Amino acid sequence: MGMTITEKILCRHTDLKELHPGMLINARVDIALGNDITAPIAIAEFRKAGGLKVFDRDKVVLIPDHFTPNKDIDSAQQCKFMREFAREQGLTHYYDVGEVGIEHALLPEQGIVLPGDLVIGADSHTCTYGALGAFATGVGSTDFAAAMMTGEVWFKVPETMKIVFSGKMKKWVSGKDLILYIIGSIGVDGALYKAMEFVGETIGQLSMADRLTIANMVIEAGAKNGIFIPDDITKAYVAERAKRPYSFYNSDPDCQYADVINIDVSGIEPQVAFPHIPSNVRGISQVGDVKIDQVVIGSCTNGRIEDLRVAAGILKNKKAAPGVRLIIVPATQGIYKQALQEGLIEIFIDAHAAVSTPTCGACLGGHMGVLADGERAVSTTNRNFIGRMGHTGSEVYLAGPAVAAASAVLGRIAGPEEL
Amino acid sequence: MKFRGKVWKFGDNVDTDAIIAARYLVSSDPAFLAAHCMEDADPDFMKKISAGDIIVAGENFGCGSSREHAPIAIKTAGISCVVAKSFARIFYRNAFNIGLPIFESRDLWDAVSDGQEIEVDGDNGSIRILNSNRGPLRIEPIPPFMQQLVSDGGLMKHIAKKKA
Repeated sequence: MGMTITEKILCRHTDLKELHPGMLINARVDIALGNDITAPIAIAEFRKAGGLKVFDRDKVVLIPDHFTPNKDIDSAQQCKFMREFAREQGLTHYYDVGEVGIEHALLPEQGIVLPGDLVIGADSHTCTYGALGAFATGVGSTDFAAAMMTGEVWFKVPETMKIVFSGKMKKWVSGKDLILYIIGSIGVDGALYKAMEFVGETIGQLSMADRLTIANMVIEAGAKNGIFIPDDITKAYVAERAKRPYSFYNSDPDCQYADVINIDVSGIEPQVAFPHIPSNVRGISQVGDVKIDQVVIGSCTNGRIEDLRVAAGILKNKKAAPGVRLIIVPATQGIYKQALQEGLIEIFIDAHAAVSTPTCGACLGGHMGVLADGERAVSTTNRNFIGRMGHTGSEVYLAGPAVAAASAVLGRIAGPEEL
Repeated sequence: MKFRGKVWKFGDNVDTDAIIAARYLVSSDPAFLAAHCMEDADPDFMKKISAGDIIVAGENFGCGSSREHAPIAIKTAGISCVVAKSFARIFYRNAFNIGLPIFESRDLWDAVSDGQEIEVDGDNGSIRILNSNRGPLRIEPIPPFMQQLVSDGGLMKHIAKKKA
């Protein structure tokens, strides 16, 4: 029996000849990642277990991106603890403020994660790298500690759900709208423990940015990983970034899928996830009159240059509505610089946006845009749980950059067609 | 592995932001995290519970962020175990990795109410509702590897034992 791309990548990281869903395996990791929230616990566990040196200083990656630039004394202490560990271990991939970006934007951009890799990260959105044709999944701090020590992680081989896209996407529809639509259809546990494999004729229309957005949010459907089969778009993306060898895998024609979901994208309009769960999704035409206080454009989901271009195209020669705070966060320094060179930052500032250095801050209610009681935000981030971006009485509406930018101008949730 | 305590019920899709809000992730001190356990789902939770009590939840408990602070907060708060209809996968791993006992039961949620006492027997795979005439409820068997993790005292100790 054949294997899916997910099964193949897992298999190649063990000494097994083949493997199948349900098997428990120990697999070698190519990259193990932690951030300023999850790494401190992992480092403490590593030391407690007698760890002296990480298994490979090129493969352990530490990214202080959540509460940085340090938001308060406690977070400064956590960052210091992690920084000292990174120095002591001589880690190749440690990036501090000024160089750092949001981890799941930075690692693909810098060619640190590559097709065919097995990546674990102590951050739930590690699944983002599946866009490159890698197996990537989020774990907790202790799994990360174990990986730092041994270079291995235990997995139960997941079943695969195949999502087949067909049709041409409407104007203003992006990867964000497709993944919100899917989460709305299958629910927040619709892919629990499974791999989500995205295939079909529409894939060729999806930029790497769209694919990264889609893979990023498979965790919001409960999935273990999301994955795309590498194609010419993948090859072009990695060719200019990779500094080490990589492998392209494909699913075998006779592999087994647990479910197959067919989605005709031609009927999908821009999507909005209402509070307080990412599956509470409506098309933009069904939103009604929802006034807003804040718009956030950024994050590991939608802070890439393509997202900023869409937002700038809408915000050009316009201003955020009175009473709406518009916060735009390029996800990496590279993206920030590119946006500056393309004139996007000027458009944002003229639109009365606050443009921030890369940080996860606003997305998880950490800093740089925390919401007060009763406030509403449209955000291009990935979660809208109760209290996610601040007070438990605040509300988060998830959308793509086009809806977010149009909403900022109109002061209510709206699509760009209304402008 | 037997746990006896009062039940505190939560619904479906309890996310890790509800278990421990991100504003508290500036620290990884277990006692600090425990002081804010379940705060955004039930602000009085820590005032109500006693050591050994049991969280009973619906589908997909622990969805969202990978923060291990969530099972650490629950464990340090004195909750003896969590019984849910299902668990989100990262929370499931994390719970076993740090040694918080968790069990899956499809039937318990509908059969109990807040404050009722139950006894969870992890060894014979059953739950008894005390002071009730309902027969024992079955819990899903824990896979042998996960049992090993629990009996070794978590993932790091399991690895140390394997190396020794």
